Amino acid sequence: MLCCMRVALFVTCFNDTLFPETGKAVVRLLERLGQEVDFPLEQTCCGQMHINTGYQREAAPLVRRFVDVFAPYEAVVSPSGSCVGSVRHQHETVARHVRDEALGAAVRELTPRVYELTEFLVDVLGVTDVGAYYPHRVTYHPTCHSLRIAHIGDRPLRLLRQVRGIDLVELPQADQCCGFGGTFALKNADTSTAMLADKIRAVLDTGAEVLTAGDNSCLLHIGGGLSRLRTGVRTVHLAEILAATG
Amino acid sequence: MSLTWLGIPTRRRAQASRPEGAQHGEPAEPFPVAARRALADSQLRRNLRKATTTIRTKRARVVGELDDWEELRQAGKAIKDDVLSSLDSYLERFERAATAAGAQVHWARDAAEANAAVVQVVRAHGAREVVKVKSMVTEEIGLNDALAAAGVTAVETDLAELIVQLGHDRPSHILVPAIHKNRSEVRELFLRTIDGVDPKLTDEPRQLAGAAREHLRRKFLSTKVGVSGANFAVAETGSLVVLESEGNGRMCLTLPEVLISVVGIEKIVPAWADLEVFLQLLPRSSTAERMNPYTTVWTGVHPGDGPREVHVVLVDNGRTRVLADEVGRQALRCIRCSACLNVCPVYERAGGHAYHSVYPGPIGAILTPQLVGVENAASLPYASSLCGACYEVCPVAINIPDVLVHLRNRVAEGDGHPVEAAAMRAMALVFGDERRFAAAQRAVRLAPLSRLIPDPLSPLYGWTSARDLPPIPAESFRAWWQRERGGSGR
Repeated sequence: MLCCMRVALFVTCFNDTLFPETGKAVVRLLERLGQEVDFPLEQTCCGQMHINTGYQREAAPLVRRFVDVFAPYEAVVSPSGSCVGSVRHQHETVARHVRDEALGAAVRELTPRVYELTEFLVDVLGVTDVGAYYPHRVTYHPTCHSLRIAHIGDRPLRLLRQVRGIDLVELPQADQCCGFGGTFALKNADTSTAMLADKIRAVLDTGAEVLTAGDNSCLLHIGGGLSRLRTGVRTVHLAEILAATG
Repeated sequence: MSLTWLGIPTRRRAQASRPEGAQHGEPAEPFPVAARRALADSQLRRNLRKATTTIRTKRARVVGELDDWEELRQAGKAIKDDVLSSLDSYLERFERAATAAGAQVHWARDAAEANAAVVQVVRAHGAREVVKVKSMVTEEIGLNDALAAAGVTAVETDLAELIVQLGHDRPSHILVPAIHKNRSEVRELFLRTIDGVDPKLTDEPRQLAGAAREHLRRKFLSTKVGVSGANFAVAETGSLVVLESEGNGRMCLTLPEVLISVVGIEKIVPAWADLEVFLQLLPRSSTAERMNPYTTVWTGVHPGDGPREVHVVLVDNGRTRVLADEVGRQALRCIRCSACLNVCPVYERAGGHAYHSVYPGPIGAILTPQLVGVENAASLPYASSLCGACYEVCPVAINIPDVLVHLRNRVAEGDGHPVEAAAMRAMALVFGDERRFAAAQRAVRLAPLSRLIPDPLSPLYGWTSARDLPPIPAESFRAWWQRERGGSGR
């Protein structure tokens, strides 16, 4: 197992503001696994929302800030498949859009060291059993960006299977989009809700108590629907399950 | 009102002329408005769910049979990119080869020129009726209407296009244009509109096909002029290729004396050998078959075999404008398989008509705005959650989500929406400095006060109308870190 790396937590603007428990869980988990975690306070946002809504020019300073803040670290870990996907796939495009070759080079230099949490655990630390205990019936939703852009694959499931006490059930039609899609949830609220209805149905079909995923953005949306319908099912970020020791 | 606040660009009122390539007839509504209506249509929802689920399951199975599917995709992408990078010389090569084989090649800058070319040939032969093979580009240019204006009836012979035509409807899918209809709706339509149909007709598919077959057979055997599109135009040999399932194409391409084919300029493939790649990619991606039943290839004219006169109308209609966009041009690789439609969660629920576009679904969302100008189809790039399922199945690896994001950028940098742009700039300022960010986080805790704003006026109404919001945590992560871990980054 690797230690003594300078590991920075990229908590994401979203988690920082709305889901601080997820950030705390990542810190707890990584420290339990012998890592020293920094939280550079200058971090703010990766720019994904700006980029996806069509404001690449406005996102450029955010990309620059991301690179400046995290370049000194050997590893950057984030509890968000979608933000890591955006960093990997879109930051260089933004640099090109504003014709900043130096920024492009800096992005290329940093990006290989940016990891989604489960990637860091499985690929870098080489663990699937993180010593977690979570005695609940849980189902896992693979978010679209973690699946198709960050290519997280089955790492989350491999980690979840090692959690003691867990009753892990497979989510039907798991690869179907939940309907969040960032500003899509507002601009096309009706279609977003129609997609949400099917995701809720799939979750309820599992009989799970808890729905988990690697992105709080999707969980906010699915959880918002589960709550509105008073289903009694709650959403918990993957990091919080892995950090739980009961 | 909430729509415009959220930055859904609304269609400009002043429209001097109908934009080229757009769906003609009804006024275009923004996608969210049309989708809302479609979402409430339970019959449509059921038809779409059943059809798309069936096709995509079959597609996954037949694609899974091939070990080299990924290599085929990359080969298809490479061939098309090669064509696009030298489209002018490939088109000229095609013209030379086709002409040498006895075809007559016409060049059409836009829909008007293309329609004029077709009408001229039809008139020259004194025909009052033509039989048509399904062709998306003829929909795009509005050929049937142009022919009607010239006193010529265009008879659609593809079963689904026939259904659409008899119902005075619009196609809602690239491959299966009547996907929005189920078989009992089709039976009812045939009983109403087909001359001499058996009054005891049931909704059993075989019977429905039989009714259409009888109706069409008379047409095939008596009509002098056929009109088609083409899946591929081979530059090396001057050949055209049509892949189909029903056999109506074979009838229309071989029986009439005169054949006019309307072909988008991006349909070119360089050489005969390149068909090996596309004949594997297209059937598996579209109808989910290892090979479609009828593939017809013709090269110019052959005495005693097939049409005596062959015309090819090459159509631009905005394609060279698409070609000029470095990111957007990959949309021209499209081989019109419709695999993207069949996996799209948005298409599955809103259906094709909601796009108000000849090409619906993911490919429509990136092609139409580029063909007609983003300002004329400004809501389409947003009709997607960027889930990426389309990119996964595209046989020529078009990165549809990337192009959607790129087009959103073009909309925002064009007319866009000023309120949204101002909000985005403000947010970028907040994110530009960690102290401003921390201050904004503290301000967000005042958000519950927004409950004082009556619902439809609230900016979050789109969310809260269907979803709850969690309480805003009292302490942000960074505030906790600073408190627990003391000030610095460690």
